Amino acid sequence: MGSVTSFFGGLCRKQVKIEEERLFRANDRPYNLSYQYANNAIRTSKYNVFTFLPLNLFEQFRRLANAYFMFLMVLQLIPQISSLSWFTTAVPLILVLSITAVKDASDDINRHTSDKQVNNRMVNVLIDGELKKEKWMNVQVGDIIKLENNQFVTADLMLLSSSEPLNLVYVETAELDGETNLKVKQALTVTGDLGDSTDLLAHFNGEVRCEPPNNRLDKFKGTLSLDGQTYSLDNDKVLLRGCTLRNTEWCFGLVIFGGPDTKLMQNSGKTTFKRTSIDHLMNVLVLCIFGFLASMCAILAIGSAIWEGVGAGLTSFLSFWSYVIILNTVVPISLYVSVEIIRLGNSFYIDWDRKMYYPKNDTPAHARTTTLNEELGQIKYIFSDKTGTLTQNIMAFNKCTINGKAYGELFDFSGQRVEITEKTERLDFSWNQLADPKFIFHDHSLLETVKEGNPEAQDFFRLLALCHTVMPEEKNEGELYYQAQSPDEGALVTAARNFGFVFRSRTPESITAMEMGKQVTYELLAVLDFNNVRKRMSVIVRSPEGKLTLYCKGADTIIYERLHPSCNKLKEVTTRHLNEYAGDGLRTLVLAYKDLDEDYMDKWRKRHHEASTAMDGREEMLDELYEEIEKDLQLLGATAVEDKLQDGVPQTIEQLAKADIKIWVLTGDKQETAENIGYSCNMLREEMKEIFVVAANTPEGVKEELVNARKKMCPESADEPSVISSRAGLFWLQKIERVEDEKVEGEYGLVINGHSLAFALEKDLHLELLRTACMCQTVICCRVTPLQKAQVVQLVKKYKQAITLAIGDGANDVSMIKAAHIGVGISGQEGMQAVLSSDYSFAQFRYLQRLLLVHGRWSYLRMCKFLQYFFYKNFTFTFVHFWYAFFCGFSAQTVYDEWFITLYNLVYTSLPVLGMSLFDQDVNDRWSSQYPQLYTPGQLNLYFSKKMFVRCMLHSCYSSLILFFIPWAAMYDTVRDDGKDIADYQSFALLAQTCLLIVMSVQLCLDTFYWTAVNQFFVWGSLASYFAITLTMYSNGMFLIFTSYFPFIGTARNSLTQPNVWLTIFLTSLLCILPVVAYRFIVLQLRPTVNDKVRHKLRKEALPAPAPRRPPTRRISTRRSGYAFSHAQGYGDLVTSRRFLLRLPLKSRPALFSQTDSPLAQNQPQHYRTIAEGQEDAQSP
Amino acid sequence: MMASSYTAKEEDGHITVSGPGALRSRKPENTAFKQQRLPAWQPILTAGTVLPAFFIIGLLFIPIGIGLFVTSNNIKEFEIDYTGVDASSPCYNCSQSFSWNSSRPCTCSIPFYLEQPYESNVYVYYGLSNFYQNHRRYVKSRDDSQLNGDPKSLMEPSKECEPYAFHENKPIAPCGAIANSMFNDTLELFYNDPNGTKVQILLNTTGIAWWTDKHVKFGNPGGNSPNLTAAFQGTTKPINWRRPVFDLDADEANNGFINEDFIVWMRTAALPTFRKLYRIINKKSGMVPTLPRGNYSLEVVYNYPVRSFEGRKRMILSTISWMGGKNPFLGIAYITVGSVCFFLGVVLLLIHHKCGNRNNNADISN
Repeated sequence: MGSVTSFFGGLCRKQVKIEEERLFRANDRPYNLSYQYANNAIRTSKYNVFTFLPLNLFEQFRRLANAYFMFLMVLQLIPQISSLSWFTTAVPLILVLSITAVKDASDDINRHTSDKQVNNRMVNVLIDGELKKEKWMNVQVGDIIKLENNQFVTADLMLLSSSEPLNLVYVETAELDGETNLKVKQALTVTGDLGDSTDLLAHFNGEVRCEPPNNRLDKFKGTLSLDGQTYSLDNDKVLLRGCTLRNTEWCFGLVIFGGPDTKLMQNSGKTTFKRTSIDHLMNVLVLCIFGFLASMCAILAIGSAIWEGVGAGLTSFLSFWSYVIILNTVVPISLYVSVEIIRLGNSFYIDWDRKMYYPKNDTPAHARTTTLNEELGQIKYIFSDKTGTLTQNIMAFNKCTINGKAYGELFDFSGQRVEITEKTERLDFSWNQLADPKFIFHDHSLLETVKEGNPEAQDFFRLLALCHTVMPEEKNEGELYYQAQSPDEGALVTAARNFGFVFRSRTPESITAMEMGKQVTYELLAVLDFNNVRKRMSVIVRSPEGKLTLYCKGADTIIYERLHPSCNKLKEVTTRHLNEYAGDGLRTLVLAYKDLDEDYMDKWRKRHHEASTAMDGREEMLDELYEEIEKDLQLLGATAVEDKLQDGVPQTIEQLAKADIKIWVLTGDKQETAENIGYSCNMLREEMKEIFVVAANTPEGVKEELVNARKKMCPESADEPSVISSRAGLFWLQKIERVEDEKVEGEYGLVINGHSLAFALEKDLHLELLRTACMCQTVICCRVTPLQKAQVVQLVKKYKQAITLAIGDGANDVSMIKAAHIGVGISGQEGMQAVLSSDYSFAQFRYLQRLLLVHGRWSYLRMCKFLQYFFYKNFTFTFVHFWYAFFCGFSAQTVYDEWFITLYNLVYTSLPVLGMSLFDQDVNDRWSSQYPQLYTPGQLNLYFSKKMFVRCMLHSCYSSLILFFIPWAAMYDTVRDDGKDIADYQSFALLAQTCLLIVMSVQLCLDTFYWTAVNQFFVWGSLASYFAITLTMYSNGMFLIFTSYFPFIGTARNSLTQPNVWLTIFLTSLLCILPVVAYRFIVLQLRPTVNDKVRHKLRKEALPAPAPRRPPTRRISTRRSGYAFSHAQGYGDLVTSRRFLLRLPLKSRPALFSQTDSPLAQNQPQHYRTIAEGQEDAQSP
Repeated sequence: MMASSYTAKEEDGHITVSGPGALRSRKPENTAFKQQRLPAWQPILTAGTVLPAFFIIGLLFIPIGIGLFVTSNNIKEFEIDYTGVDASSPCYNCSQSFSWNSSRPCTCSIPFYLEQPYESNVYVYYGLSNFYQNHRRYVKSRDDSQLNGDPKSLMEPSKECEPYAFHENKPIAPCGAIANSMFNDTLELFYNDPNGTKVQILLNTTGIAWWTDKHVKFGNPGGNSPNLTAAFQGTTKPINWRRPVFDLDADEANNGFINEDFIVWMRTAALPTFRKLYRIINKKSGMVPTLPRGNYSLEVVYNYPVRSFEGRKRMILSTISWMGGKNPFLGIAYITVGSVCFFLGVVLLLIHHKCGNRNNNADISN
């Protein structure tokens, strides 16, 4: 239904004229106003006092359900048709509309107040040559505003000048992309010179020409024309609304985009609504029900024609519509309302769950979407990001090898390796005032070696302290914070810091460090920056003694090629250590150095200067120069950094695998790193029969490898995939293709790298990939771009018709989170972007287990029970009318009192069923997680499907037959115990409705597994309220006041005092319930489900036995691990301002990627906290 | 429902996080409700509960059913169809020569024989078949306000009464199709004494309607005013009626809208075959049976036409018991259900014995 309404909604929307380019002049309001750019006022509210009623009603009637009930109401106004009084439809409809309207109104009031609050914030604006306080909403495009430290950025600004050297400002973008680290922005020199002089600023008359408003946070293109000169503007010069100024005393900015045009607001567009599979099923069912309703009405209309005899055309036509009204209860309006309430309730449970609350950063789980809960109980495939999701994205300096000696492991007296646990004694760094207290290391020998003054060890840490691009921040004396581009670097510099080589500050020309308590300042001559081809970085420094040294760190293979032959022996030992580290899943870097002599350096620097100012082939020349100087290196050793897994990841994955959920890891990391993590988190296991690695470079190769893998797993599998085409969805318009699961003996794993994945996702290979991958227990895709992540998810979604979940934490996971049925964001360190586009968020991967196995399962169970019961209740209710039609001349006479029809769904049965669907649990959370196989019914759609629906209909058919014919037979020609009438219409109605309500209550009791006091209260309360309301409505008083609305006066008193009435009620209820009990009991005895077994067991044991913990095994492997550089390109450029300033305007280094062996240049690794994102235009997909 | 649309609040969001003083933990409350740990009773269907339930129900239902059946069987009921469809029927002529406007009423007499004496109060019913008193348009066709004595509705009957609201520009009282089609046969019973005399049996006309109907739902316009003719001034009788509403009975307390025959008729039946209480024959004092065994005759003033819709008219004499009139259904149903329950109980016991233990004790594969 949603799609239909949104289609019409789309037609209604206005087309706004598109702005093609933005042009404005600083300090020239009249000129800028002529373009009518939006000012800085924002409006997120939808309505105002006058538009609320019409707009809100319009919105609500766009929902098909509401429109349908409106249509019914109109039908009821036609006297010839009206078989029910107007209030039977009007009361529920008005109630539903007003509840929704109240909710919308309160939401909108909140938006109004927050809008007002934001719009009324004050900011300093330069008007007529002086700074004036002005409200945010009055700021115009072209205004110059002054921001102070810790202030929010008012609008999208072009940075003019700042208090910091080099016109840098630091901003925190947490609200924009969630990344909490500081980012650096730098103004153009020409505007930076304006400083804070209001005079100069007031006369600044630069003209900006830039792109129209858009929602790309990482891109900006524009030019500034000033005094005939044109300067190019990029993302680096722009402060976006939503950021906060940090560590910067003041800065001036020129407003580019205001209010609704800002990137923040442009990004806040409506996300497409995800709908659950039950929603789709429900839509289909509702459509079927409409068809069913029509055929029932048609049968009755024909009956009416026959009954009336000749010339009954009009009567039977009217009777058709009358029956449409009466039988409309098969699709009750309260269904939609109740479904929303249940989902909302179950979302609140997720928000409230203490077991999904992460105390370390005070993050509770949060259900951001309240409409997807039951789908959490049906997940078949999980797509997970690696970094930050499976791993903490915290790198811990764990081991190192220096000059052939390995450090970092503990051995007991017999030389056996001791496992390091929380309790193991830590190294005491208190002698070092500048040490980072959070740093943990266990091996004493390393510290002793350093303290002894071992030159290699000292060089090792000196290198780590000097060779990096970390930015230090020292707020108070001794309180050092490092802003590292990659966590690996941060870990290494922190390690050096704790071992006495403290990196303290840097200027473009120098690096100051404390070496064993002594302050030393090195002159920084060059930074040979990291990039993906070089896979290494070097610095050239001059020590205070004047010694020139090149320090280099990088990937083992790269450095080994450049070592001096004299290191060969050391190389062998180091290699052995490296292999050990790799086996432990550690990330390694090899460190080397080289002493340089002054003459050579002078020449090199000259050439370097020439190269870096050359117009053509600058990159090649620089690369050549770097290559030349980075050779004949002396090996120092290697570091091993642990990419720490999040707590409980292996256990969670094990449990999820038991629940028959397949987990695919889609990571931007290298294959080796990904494989390592695969092993350490138990996804790839040694006991797996085989782990296939697909790493071909041609489509043919990929196909061959995939087919080979498949044949190995299942030799008899067909060459052509068995694609089953069918139709589904609303009106059966949707074509589905389905690839059948193929049975495989044993467990297999599949690792596929980026290039191969790109080929495999092509049209002709993607089914091959799907078949092979779905046969494997675990699939790991490496070097995946965000786009590919989404493609993989879509592939599975499309051909497996299974429910998918994507979990990730970074901006690169957004596409996949949006593509999957359910997106989960880890609200961890990397940022908020994933969370902002996710449906559920929490802090730790391990909470996924609880989200799915407990909350998801319960939600699914509850929703299915609700739907089953709800359809049963309404079908039974309605079918009785159908049977009665044969006894009342097909005249659309109702069986029940009209008030009962009005209140049945609204009052008498709503709360009990809500109680069940909010509180029910088959087994409690402990058992749920103890027996993950309880989850599988959800994946197979066992609790609610078309089949179940038909069963439900047959059941209600039976019940309605009982409910009509038992009272019919019991009342036939019967009189009261004083001889008076009881077989009259009103008494019969009362009897039928009382039977119905009691049967429904008992059925609900049978369906409820978990009887809380609230459930009891709701059930008994509803029954009590039924009798109370009925007696009230049938009382003298109500009749005398509203004579025509309550004609049932006295019926209850006269009929409910009769013993045979109660005997009939009792008999009817038993006849409806007993077969259900007997059937369930037989099923329980003959074919108990896992569910029943666990419930049975639960009765005997209060708590599940704890699962046996398998001790972690150390893997023996010779796989070489990934080296510890996870980022794309360093910002060596930024820290060496000289070159930075030389290169004006900042021109991007053409991506050296294009020279890789693959045509897929966009295969870049995941990047962290990149500052100069503007440079990567060419690479970002 | 919660699209991630931007709210200005989100922009403010992190003040509360980073700002000092705002250290209130976001840890959810530890209440049984929020943690879904509400104490609960978790019943499951076990052999221990299901099987006894079946047996108890079986054992309970069979005696109740027998009791009901016996009670129902002890009720004496006599039914006679006087529609006059057969040419041999005494009422055949009346049924054939019916016209609404005939001034001379057609009468017929049907003799019958009661084989058993009727000891207690005897209730006389008239029964109609194939009469859809529950047809929607028929049921609707009345004005409760008018019937309650509302003077305004008396003169302006509700639209629901159409087309029986006005006749010759006068409002019809009582209006509507139900009232218009009121049963108007007169039934009289005579006992043919063995010695040849014909004794008319006294039929009580009051006490046949619900108390609530007579005293609350129905009321004459003008309240207790004795002059009904004046109260109904300006209205006209329903088209099919022979007498106006204020002329239904000589007894003031049983005339007009509160005439009990009228009230009984106005309580429409649920099913197309129904019976309505017509008269009561009160038990005489002493040991004399109310209706002794013997020959009787039913004298009918045949006014009510049913042939047009193939209806049937019956006269029923019945005694009653604590469970009302004669209806063996409940008794039989209780006996049947009780036996089936008992039988099912045995079957379930067998199933449980054979399979239950094996399956429930089987371990759950991990």
